[in-house]
Amino acid sequence: MTLPQGKALRVAWGEAVTELGKTDPRIVVLDGDLGSSTRADIFEAAHPDRFFQMGIAEQNMLGVAAGMATVGFVPFVSTFACFAVARALDSIRVLIAQPKLPVKIAGSYAGLLAGMTGKTHLMFDDVAIMRAMANMVTVCPADEVETTQAVKAIVDYEGPVYLRLTRPSSPILFDDTYRFELGKAVTVRQGGDVTVFSTGIHTTRVFEAAEALAADGIEIKLVHVPTIKPLDEEAVVEAARETGFVITAEEHTIIGGLGGAIAETLSDKYPVPVKRTGLADVFGESGPNDDLLEKYGISVAKITESIKSIVKAR
Amino acid sequence: MSNDTLAGPDVAELEDLARRARINIIKSIAHADGGHLGGPLSAIDMLIALYFSVLDIRPEEPRWPDRDRFVLSKGHSSIALYTTLAMRGFFPVEELSTFDSIDSRLQGHPDMTLTPGVDMSSGSLGLGFSGGLGIALGARAAGKAFTTYIMLGDGECNEGSVWEGAHAASRYGLDNVVAIIDHNKLQQFGWHGDTVAERLPSYTGSQLADRWAAFDWKVLEMDGHDMTDILETVTTAKAHRGGPVAIIAHTVKGKGVSFMEGNYKWHARVPNAEEFAIAMAELGEPGYGQGGAA
Repeated sequence: MTLPQGKALRVAWGEAVTELGKTDPRIVVLDGDLGSSTRADIFEAAHPDRFFQMGIAEQNMLGVAAGMATVGFVPFVSTFACFAVARALDSIRVLIAQPKLPVKIAGSYAGLLAGMTGKTHLMFDDVAIMRAMANMVTVCPADEVETTQAVKAIVDYEGPVYLRLTRPSSPILFDDTYRFELGKAVTVRQGGDVTVFSTGIHTTRVFEAAEALAADGIEIKLVHVPTIKPLDEEAVVEAARETGFVITAEEHTIIGGLGGAIAETLSDKYPVPVKRTGLADVFGESGPNDDLLEKYGISVAKITESIKSIVKAR
Repeated sequence: MSNDTLAGPDVAELEDLARRARINIIKSIAHADGGHLGGPLSAIDMLIALYFSVLDIRPEEPRWPDRDRFVLSKGHSSIALYTTLAMRGFFPVEELSTFDSIDSRLQGHPDMTLTPGVDMSSGSLGLGFSGGLGIALGARAAGKAFTTYIMLGDGECNEGSVWEGAHAASRYGLDNVVAIIDHNKLQQFGWHGDTVAERLPSYTGSQLADRWAAFDWKVLEMDGHDMTDILETVTTAKAHRGGPVAIIAHTVKGKGVSFMEGNYKWHARVPNAEEFAIAMAELGEPGYGQGGAA
């Protein structure tokens, strides 16, 4: 089944934070001179007095956000994931995570698809880094519906959050009846052969792959994990118990992201075979989205092949 | 404005508070058998002046929302801040003996989640400054009138993030923030000169003042050990409008103990029993003889 096309998560974020800003004066947005890409510009247009251009200076920007949080604001720091997580990591660690300040890091252009930018901008070890940090909640929404709700939930949560956002327009997985809950996984497809855990917009690809797999007689149970930390351990163990074998799938290195989190949890609480899929332990390159997805093995067709061969090898 | 209703200490009283603070600092480091000494001793006169005469604060209500803020960006001088906070009544002076020990609220570097009176965590150099600027930017956005004071080390000014922040603060014309740079002209190890034994500072002459001025900060200079000069300069800085102020405080690392002054080896060294006794005597602590080297 092909899902209907929707907005990019960055657009959904820009609109959601702008809408919340209308009724919540605590919300401010700090931009590292990328507002027209990250769509922080939507917020600036509506709330210019609560938009702070911090220039191309990410270490300071994350620190300034921490200071603003101490006087009662709920700052969203908006830049590319690579510049927040990699460039300004020490600011996040020392001034935001350890003091548990309510700074929301909106890491845009995360994953493999960041325009024609290449290795410097393609950040797909961000989840591994952020979830390893004490106190840091890590959220990876799947579509515009979930992003909108996640933005509200992380404003309500009184602590630091990393929100993983992506660049390309994305399929819509959820309808209006969906309710995002911080820290909860959601089963988006039932099936008895294997459980696939996925996160972010990658879930929409796995969802589409599931139809092709079904035609081949493979029924996957698909569990979407939007909050990687804290992980919904109960749901993970429950699904592992049901199918006795799990696969993880993500637009992230297979080291330390969702796959790492699932493998850690299951090895501790309910050991079953875990096969991790996603991006290899490599850096990216520039190129058109479809070519990148194909070459790096995470297109719908590649996911279908990969799950099929894993299941058949069992 | 709580300070307006109190008769603040006069210069002689501030000087005596600073002398007693130095004794507390050295005792705490000796007791912990570790920690920094040189930087705390160069900063302590300014901390005493701020906390006993300048800052509008309520020790009994450390989180009072309208209080002036102070950020010790040179977080490794934490014992100077803790000593000052304790003497000002934020917590008992006796607690200083727990400095750096397990389960203590007085960590090696300041932790805003633990210590009453600490407005911002710090310790990784250059970052407390950004946090302090965020407090000031937030205060302005929230319509709050308080002033944020941030103390940096001169070595700390090597960090690139300091200059990221310096640019942003002047770009925003932040005039509710005062940066005080403890210019003691020594770093932990420093840069070598003609020989490796000769250790040189990062900034000489007017270099540090010139750099802050180049980032469009109003620059003032003072003797960071002269109480009258400190009070006058900080008052001038607070009253300045239109942009941020940097005060270059000329100080001596290890100030107050003859053999520690100007010697980079006392950045983080613990005095032995003999050195401790001499230091106590020089600072006039009863039971250690009359001032001067033994």
